[in-house]
Amino acid sequence: MTQQPKTSTAPASEPPKKRGVPRRNLLFGGAAASLGALAGAATLLPGGKDQGELPPSSMAIHGSQTVPFYGARQAGISTDAQSHANFVALELNPDLPADRIKALLKLLTDDAARLTQGRGALADTEVELAASPARLTVTFGFGPRLVELVNPAQKPAWLKPLPAFSVDKLRPEFNDGDLLLQICSDDPVSVAHAQRMLLKDARSFASVKWVQQGFRRAHGTENPGTTMRNLFGQVDGTANPQPDTGWHEDVVWGREEIAPWLENGTSLVIRRIEMNLDTWDELDRPGRDASVGRRMDNGAPLTGTNEHDEPDFEALNSSGFPVIEDFAHMRRARPENPVERIFRRGYNYDGQPAAGDISGSGLIFASYQADVQKQFTPIQKRLDELDMLNMWTVPTGSAVFAVPPGCAEGGFIGEQLFT
Amino acid sequence: MNKMTFKSFRYTALAVAAAASLALTSCGAYDESRNAAAPTPAYAAPASALTIDETWAKAIDGGMTSAFGTVRNSTGEDITIVGASTPAAKTAELHEVIAGADGGMKMQPKEGGFVVPANGEIVLEPGNDHIMMMGLVKPVQAGDEISLTLELSTGDTLDFTAVVKDFSGANEDYGDLADDEGMDHGTDTPAGSPTHTK
Repeated sequence: MTQQPKTSTAPASEPPKKRGVPRRNLLFGGAAASLGALAGAATLLPGGKDQGELPPSSMAIHGSQTVPFYGARQAGISTDAQSHANFVALELNPDLPADRIKALLKLLTDDAARLTQGRGALADTEVELAASPARLTVTFGFGPRLVELVNPAQKPAWLKPLPAFSVDKLRPEFNDGDLLLQICSDDPVSVAHAQRMLLKDARSFASVKWVQQGFRRAHGTENPGTTMRNLFGQVDGTANPQPDTGWHEDVVWGREEIAPWLENGTSLVIRRIEMNLDTWDELDRPGRDASVGRRMDNGAPLTGTNEHDEPDFEALNSSGFPVIEDFAHMRRARPENPVERIFRRGYNYDGQPAAGDISGSGLIFASYQADVQKQFTPIQKRLDELDMLNMWTVPTGSAVFAVPPGCAEGGFIGEQLFT
Repeated sequence: MNKMTFKSFRYTALAVAAAASLALTSCGAYDESRNAAAPTPAYAAPASALTIDETWAKAIDGGMTSAFGTVRNSTGEDITIVGASTPAAKTAELHEVIAGADGGMKMQPKEGGFVVPANGEIVLEPGNDHIMMMGLVKPVQAGDEISLTLELSTGDTLDFTAVVKDFSGANEDYGDLADDEGMDHGTDTPAGSPTHTK
């Protein structure tokens, strides 16, 4: 789900164009209320350029592109999603005192600040691998235990494991964590090197709890702004509140009813969703369309023709049944309460098949929102109760992190907790 | 870029002696006044024509360890670093790494000190010239910050802070020095395992 370039000049009044690669949403994609959906759709236009209109050109080298590290907010959230992401959860050593956590955060902040700008970290033994960051970002999230150890008074009420859902088959090796590093880049080597450097500097303080590696289309494969497809083939993320919209601003960074835990902070929920491609194969196109309420081919709602058409949930077919069925994912995900919206920045994964299987695929469902309990949990509860997609998907991991603000040069991520 | 020439015969008895005396005076009025002009960690001492950055040191649970960084000379004259000191260790020396008679690499005090060429720079790095701290007063663990002072041929000093990092390298053989107290540094101690809060 790369988002539109900041230079998009598409007027908000222009209807969404049909593009070379359509979009559609999977899990929570239908969570768009009309206003937000319109705003999101308008700003998604990639400057009027269709995939087919891209000029033939020699390969553009993009490895030197950087995303600023220092700032009021952390990068890697409202940043257009890079092609590759590693999510690394660390477990702090027992009884780690607050001043040691501070030392860890300072070390990792310095590493991230250097690496994201294409410089080797201090004591970097493979400094050449840092030279092409390709929009590398490192985003930090704090688990409940880290905040409790440093400043329990600052711990938001939602910073705890999600309630148990009936669909969950969670495995401890993909759950929870004290410190999350979300490492994203358009180049997987840059991701690997950054992870190596960060973990070398974390090794005295913490151990690795889990790593989840994800990918999207490679840089340059599709036009920026094209909604990603998941490995079910679904256009996944049509209704996402795109960066640079007021909607995104509210959902991720908060407003009155959904105040962030710290100004310019937010929260991150990571759910590992196993997708059963083999049983999905048994489902024909009409069944696949019906499961979500959107067309597989271009992501349009079954009541519309284009991806960003507003769905008509009242429409009935000739037999008198709803065109978008009651069990359709899009209907179930869409909230009555406009507060219940999230920003998804997920990635596909394609792991080792279990013995006897031929696929080990799924989705790293990464969701940013100002308040987990008010925004994320109600949606997941509805989907837990009824969602046709539950037939083919199983949550196998779940983690909640408080995302602290960014920092200025000379500061460090998480400094607000130490005041 | 860290090739140095020995055109100085300034090598007085040992950087150790200079360092020892510096250690005693590094908190004196001179330093304080200078620091007052540079309230932030003094990576570049205003009074000095040299600057140092990219500074770090290797974590170790005791004995000795090394500090590294990049030193730049913005003047038109060569400037020699003739000594080093730190409150973190009893002594600090300027070391080089050379090929020993047995073919291995060995560390030894660098005769004449480190010459920073006019309008040039030297890199102090593992496997090459570095600052050796011996007789650490306590373990240095990842994330600690060590204050160091370099004594220059101009009579100035250069204060800086080195952040401590876990590092598996910088394990060169110490040759004859290995007989000295505290010279067991590195070779059998994986970085990160020492007394850290694990």
